[in-house]
Amino acid sequence: MSDAFIFFLIQLLNGVQYGLLLFLIASGLTLVFGIMGIINLAHGSFYMLGAYLAFWFAEATGSLGLAILIAVPIAILLGLALEVVVFRPLYGRDHLYQVLLTYGLILVMEETRSLIFGDDVHGVKVPSFLDFSVPLAGGLSYPTYRLAMSAICLALAGGMYFVIQRTRLGMIIRAGAANREMVQSLGIDVGLLFRVVFAVGVALAAFAGMIAAPAASVYPGMGNQVLIISFVVVVIGGIGSVKGAFLASLLVGLADTFGQVLAPQIAGMTVYVLMAAVLLWRPTGLFGHGT
Amino acid sequence: MKIETGITTSRRRVLKGMAAGAGTIVAASVVPTRFAIGQQAKLKLGLMLPYSGTYAALGKNIDDALRLAINEKGGKLGGREVDYVTLDDESDPAKSADNANRLVTRDKVDFLIGTVSSGVQMGIDKVATDNDVMLIIPNAGVSAATRELCAPNIFRTSFSNWQPAYAMGVVAAAQGKKRAAVISWDYAAGKESNDAFSEAFAKGSGKTEQQLYLPFPQVEFQPLLTQIAAAKPELVYAFFAGGGAVKFVKDYAAAGLKASIPLVGPGFLTDGTLEAQGDAAQGMETTLHYADGLDNAKDKAFRAAFKKATTRDADVYAVQGYDSGQLLLAGLAAVKGDVGARKDLIAAMAKTEIDSPRGKFSLSKAHNPVQDIYLRRVQGLENRFVSVAVKALADPATGCKMA
Repeated sequence: MSDAFIFFLIQLLNGVQYGLLLFLIASGLTLVFGIMGIINLAHGSFYMLGAYLAFWFAEATGSLGLAILIAVPIAILLGLALEVVVFRPLYGRDHLYQVLLTYGLILVMEETRSLIFGDDVHGVKVPSFLDFSVPLAGGLSYPTYRLAMSAICLALAGGMYFVIQRTRLGMIIRAGAANREMVQSLGIDVGLLFRVVFAVGVALAAFAGMIAAPAASVYPGMGNQVLIISFVVVVIGGIGSVKGAFLASLLVGLADTFGQVLAPQIAGMTVYVLMAAVLLWRPTGLFGHGT
Repeated sequence: MKIETGITTSRRRVLKGMAAGAGTIVAASVVPTRFAIGQQAKLKLGLMLPYSGTYAALGKNIDDALRLAINEKGGKLGGREVDYVTLDDESDPAKSADNANRLVTRDKVDFLIGTVSSGVQMGIDKVATDNDVMLIIPNAGVSAATRELCAPNIFRTSFSNWQPAYAMGVVAAAQGKKRAAVISWDYAAGKESNDAFSEAFAKGSGKTEQQLYLPFPQVEFQPLLTQIAAAKPELVYAFFAGGGAVKFVKDYAAAGLKASIPLVGPGFLTDGTLEAQGDAAQGMETTLHYADGLDNAKDKAFRAAFKKATTRDADVYAVQGYDSGQLLLAGLAAVKGDVGARKDLIAAMAKTEIDSPRGKFSLSKAHNPVQDIYLRRVQGLENRFVSVAVKALADPATGCKMA
C-alpha cells in the first residue's frame, strides 16, 4: 500500500472515531428533543457536568471506572430532579419558555462549576491499562484510549438500538416520538415516560463527558462547544431518531475530518454545508418524521 | 511604597511645582487634601475582560493583579479613588463593540482595560479610537493594535503576537532545524504568530513547509496530527491557548509524535496548563516574555504579594495585569489624576520604564513593550528559564504612523 493510501485510511479512522463520540453526545439530545419536544440548550452543560464529575471522583478514588460508576447515578438523579422541578411546569407552554429555561440552566451550571471547581483547565488521567498507543504508519500511533472510546460508543449505540427496537419501553419511546397524543390516548403514562427519557438524556450527555474527559481535558465552557455540533447531528439525523443520529454523527465526523484535510480554508463550513444539503434533500432529516 | 520611576518624578516636578514633594511621598496620602476641588470624582476604570468561559482564569488574574498594583500604592491613582467597572466580554468578538461602547458611553469610564482575546480586542480598539478613550491592553497580542491601528491613546503592557513567535523562529533556526510545520486555529492571532515564526525561521535558512489551520475553537486535532505524521517535519510550531493548548499538547504526545518531532510554540502553549497537560508537556520548549525562575527581586516580591492577595500563583497574565496597574499609576501620578491633561498623561505613560516582574521594559513609539523574550523549558509544573532568546525585542510596528 502506498503511504498516501495508508494515511487516507488513518483519516477515515479519525473521522469514524470522532463521529462515534459525537453520537454519544447527540443521542441524549435527540431523545429529549424528539420525544419531549424540549429544546435543551443545557445539554452541553450536562456534558460538562459529566466531565467535571469524572475529574472530581477520579481524583478522589484514583480510578476513572469507579468515578463513572459513582457519577452516572448522580446524573440520573439530577435529570429526574430537574424534570420534576423545572421542566414539568413548562410542557404545555411555548418552545420559547424552554429555550429560556435551558439557557438559564447553562448560566447556573457554569457559575456553579466556577464556584466549585474554579476556572482552570484540568486533566483526567487515562486508566493505566489503556494508557499506551498502537503504532500505525509513519511514526504515527493511535492512543488506545481513543479506540476504547469508540468501542464504548459502539456498544452504547448497540445497546440503544436493542432497547429502542426490541423492548416494550423502546416501542413506547418510538411511538412517543412519532405521535405523542396517540400514545397518551392509549393509556400510557406519558409523565413517567418523560421522566425516564429526560433522565436518560441527561445521563447520556454526562456519560459522554465522563468518557471524553481524559481525551478532551476538562475546562470551562467545554459544553457550549459540543452543543451546536450536537444540534447539527440531531437535525441531520432527523429529530427523535436515534438511528438517524448515529448515521448523522458518522457523516458529520467524516465531513469534518476530510474537510480539514482536503479543504482547510473552508473547514469551518463543511459540516454546515452538509446540513444544508441534507435538509434540501430531506427537510425533516435523514430519518425524521414529517410533522 | 514609592513612585519608583525617575521619569515620573521629573515629570511631576515640571508639571505642578515642588509642593508635591520630590516624588518620594506616597501620592495617595498627599493628594486628596490638595485636590479637593474638582478632583473628587472617582477615577473610573472599565475592566472589559473574560470573566467566564475558556479565558476566565486569565481575566481573573489580570483583574486581581491590576488591583494589587494599585492597592500596593494606597489604592488610588494620581490621588483619586478608583471605581472599578467590570464587564464580562465572554471572549465573544460579536459582542465586543457593544460591550466596549457600554463602558464608554453609559459608564463613562476614564480608562478602558482589556482584553485577553485578540478577536475581541479589535472591537475594543475601534471603540477606543472612535471615542478617543484611553485604552490599556493587558494581554491580547493582535499585532495590528500597535501597528496599523496604533494610536496615542492605545497602550499595551503584554506583547505582540509577533514577539514570542519571532523569538522562537530565531531559536529554531539556531538549533539547525530546516523544515517546520506550523499549526493553529484559523484566526488572526494564530496566523500572525505562525507567520512571525516562519519569518525568523526563514532568515536562519529554515523553511515552513506545512501550514495547518482548523476552525476556532474546535479541538478535534486528530486529522491534522495525521497530516503532520505524513509530512514528517523536523519541528512543529503550534499556537494554541487555554483548553485547546492542553488538548493539543496531550493529543500530540498521545499520537506518538513528541518523541520524533519536537513541538514548540509561544509560551501560551504551556502556561497555566501544565497540571492538566501532565507528562505530555515535559521538556517542551517555548518562548515568552516571562518565565519561572527569573533571578529578579521584583518578581519574587510580586509573586509573594499576589499569592498573599489571591491564594493563587501568579502567572504571565497576572504580570501583565500588574504592569497595566503600574502603567496607570505612573501616568496618573504625572498628571495628578487629571485625565483631562491628555497630552501629558500620554507622554508620561509612553516614557515610563516599567519595573516589571518580567524584568524592566520600556514602551516603543507604537506603545508596545520592548522586552527580552525568554526561552523556557517545561520542568514539572514550571516553565523554567533557559536563556534569553532575543534581547530587547521590539515589534516592527509596520504601518504605525507614530513609529
